[in-house]
Amino acid sequence: MEITVAEALVHCLEQENVELIFGYPGGAILPVYDVLYNSTIKHVLVRHEQGAVHAADGYARATGKVGVCIATSGPGATNLVTGIANAYMDSIPIVVITGQVPVSQIGTDAFQEVDITGITIPVTKHNYLIKDPKQLPQVIKKAFHIASTGRPGPVLIDLPKDVAQAKVKFTYPRNVQLPGYKPTYKGHPAMVSQASKLIMDSKRPVIYAGGGVKISNAAAELRNLAETISAPVTHTLMGLGCFPGDHPLFLGMLGLHGTRYANLAVTECDCLIAVGARFDDRVVANLQGFAPNAKVIHIDIDPAEIGKNIRPFLPIVGDVKLVLESILKVIKKRKNSEWVAMVQEWKRKYPLSYSNEGTLKPQLVIEKICEAAGSSAIIVTDVGQHQMWAAQYYKFDEPHSFITSGGLGTMGFGLPAAIGAQMGAPGRPVILITGDGSIQMTLQELATAVEQKLPLKIFVINNRQLGMVRQLQEFYCEKRHIAVDFHFDLDFAALGKVYGMAGYIIETPEQLVDQLPEIMLAEGPVMVNCLVSGEENVLPMVLAGSNINEAID
Amino acid sequence: MTHTLTVLVENTPGVLARVAGLFSRRGFNIDSLAVGRSEDPGISRMTIVVEGDDQILEQVTKQLHKLVDVIKISDVTRDDFVDRELVMIKVNTESSTRGEIMQLVDIFRARIVDVGPKTLTIEVTGYESKINAFENSLRPFGIIEMVRTGKVAMLRGFRSTTLNNNHKKEDTNSG
Ligand SMILES: Cc1ncc(C[n+]2csc(CCOP(=O)(O)OP(=O)(O)O)c2C)c(N)n1
Repeated sequence: MEITVAEALVHCLEQENVELIFGYPGGAILPVYDVLYNSTIKHVLVRHEQGAVHAADGYARATGKVGVCIATSGPGATNLVTGIANAYMDSIPIVVITGQVPVSQIGTDAFQEVDITGITIPVTKHNYLIKDPKQLPQVIKKAFHIASTGRPGPVLIDLPKDVAQAKVKFTYPRNVQLPGYKPTYKGHPAMVSQASKLIMDSKRPVIYAGGGVKISNAAAELRNLAETISAPVTHTLMGLGCFPGDHPLFLGMLGLHGTRYANLAVTECDCLIAVGARFDDRVVANLQGFAPNAKVIHIDIDPAEIGKNIRPFLPIVGDVKLVLESILKVIKKRKNSEWVAMVQEWKRKYPLSYSNEGTLKPQLVIEKICEAAGSSAIIVTDVGQHQMWAAQYYKFDEPHSFITSGGLGTMGFGLPAAIGAQMGAPGRPVILITGDGSIQMTLQELATAVEQKLPLKIFVINNRQLGMVRQLQEFYCEKRHIAVDFHFDLDFAALGKVYGMAGYIIETPEQLVDQLPEIMLAEGPVMVNCLVSGEENVLPMVLAGSNINEAID
Repeated sequence: MTHTLTVLVENTPGVLARVAGLFSRRGFNIDSLAVGRSEDPGISRMTIVVEGDDQILEQVTKQLHKLVDVIKISDVTRDDFVDRELVMIKVNTESSTRGEIMQLVDIFRARIVDVGPKTLTIEVTGYESKINAFENSLRPFGIIEMVRTGKVAMLRGFRSTTLNNNHKKEDTNSG
């Protein structure tokens, strides 16, 4: 029997166990929506395509499954680009489907035509323009395979309207044939044994763990390794959650706004075990001054990450979980007592700190949210100072509990990502920590959240400014503050109420402590306007050109 | 150092844009890129000449490998290979210079492919230094137009850069 390509597409999605699609309709994608009408797949109508792609991204981060979003051609497609780039930078598996003008009109600057495959080459793991109806099932199969295996990432499929309407005989392929795509999963045995030896010989090991640990579900192996060899663990922003925040070996985040003790430990260590991390400039700061005494073991599934920023002493290409498993088989328990004691001493001497004098401090808000939230909560952030404070002060102890835009640093990611996370994990509390700047970039999605009856707890860390940029101007532009202050004081609590949410205003530490339990227990969505001090800086801070152990605080 | 890469890619519509885009995006310097169908109609073979030290080449290779359409990359630089480039040059010709130019054509084993009232169009193939020398010797007459295909390369002897061949391990019978 022949069916339309649009029908085939929806069948394929069902075969891939897609339960949710975030999207926004339009002319070119009409045939696909017409089929969704009869599908068991739930479609979530967002209010802007950027919301759809961030929601699919948040869904993927919360569930570990592939997120799916859909949009029409032209402006629908271009509105997705930021979100696609965001998922690409953080290696998040999403499949993006866009409508396209009919094949005969491609290249004619037809109404709502853009070359979205061309535009997204640099920000997708791969993309497809389907011109031949027969290709569709293979392409969908490949797209899900590519998005979710190896180093995950976004895959875009552009579907011309006439192709969607064409008829095909449908069978869903079982296998994919991709001669040019063969990720390496198992670490090379020789490398693994050399690494194990290096680890056993080291006196001052540190584990530097990134988002790869999360993606590969290797939190247990990470902890096992750390405890076996008594190595302190520091995380990148993307890695937070993989190692318990209250563990004695936990060092918190390293890098530009890392803890002083993490940065000291990395600087002093003799063996740095980099696990699923990529030596990003926000981590390394000054290349020459980074881990100067260490032999670096770099474990990553993406060979191109190895040697890109720093040259490791020992590279291991492979899936983090499998590589750690094989290392764990060889190494033996050891204490490194002196080293651990030294690191503990740094932790005592140089804790993260802020002064609680005067008005409500944003750091305190984060700490209190953490205390009130419970360990099953998923914390989603936006981008800016509040994001860094969440990374510093929140004690995560579950891998999929922290969702943040790391690589691209996309303001506006938070709200739609929280929607996606909540829809993917309906049983878990989802808390959005956002800034008064960031949330206004995708504010329209409040309607989506309320419409979907999502009990999001939204905390706007409201400093009435673009705090992070204000901080940069303070340090790098001699406090010439331009374009960072909001002179319109938006009442977020009242705004929340307009959308049918409960609204709260918190201005003092007392109100914070009093109201948090009620807020956390609320059944519906809540908008909390936290009026915090506008003078706080994210500290420590490694200034441009400095080494990570030379942060100011 | 100049490296010569032979890259097998799936013959898909966007593949050239993907490869070329990768070079500009990652700041790699590309000297030339020649592409065409290979012995297998579904696969194209690219010859890419890149400037860079070993570390840059390692990144180029790894990044190329990440492209799903790229099937195989062989850096033949340190192997025994032949390379050729085809060039056409249109040069100013007066009756007084025609003889001299034709002599140069002979010496460089080039070919005249078109004769105009005041021009000669000459085709020359060969390795780079020969082509450069030929170009320089024609300059004084006035080169009107020049077009180069970019270098194509092939390993000598039995060895090849085909899919099932690991050229590094193969024996060679170079001549
Ligand atoms: C889309 C986008 N535009 C601009 C920036 C640059 N930027 C980084 S942080 C920041 C300020 C964020 O302000 P807010 O959300 O209020 O958070 P705060 O820093 O005040 O906590 C800006 C403008 C960005 N990261 N993303």
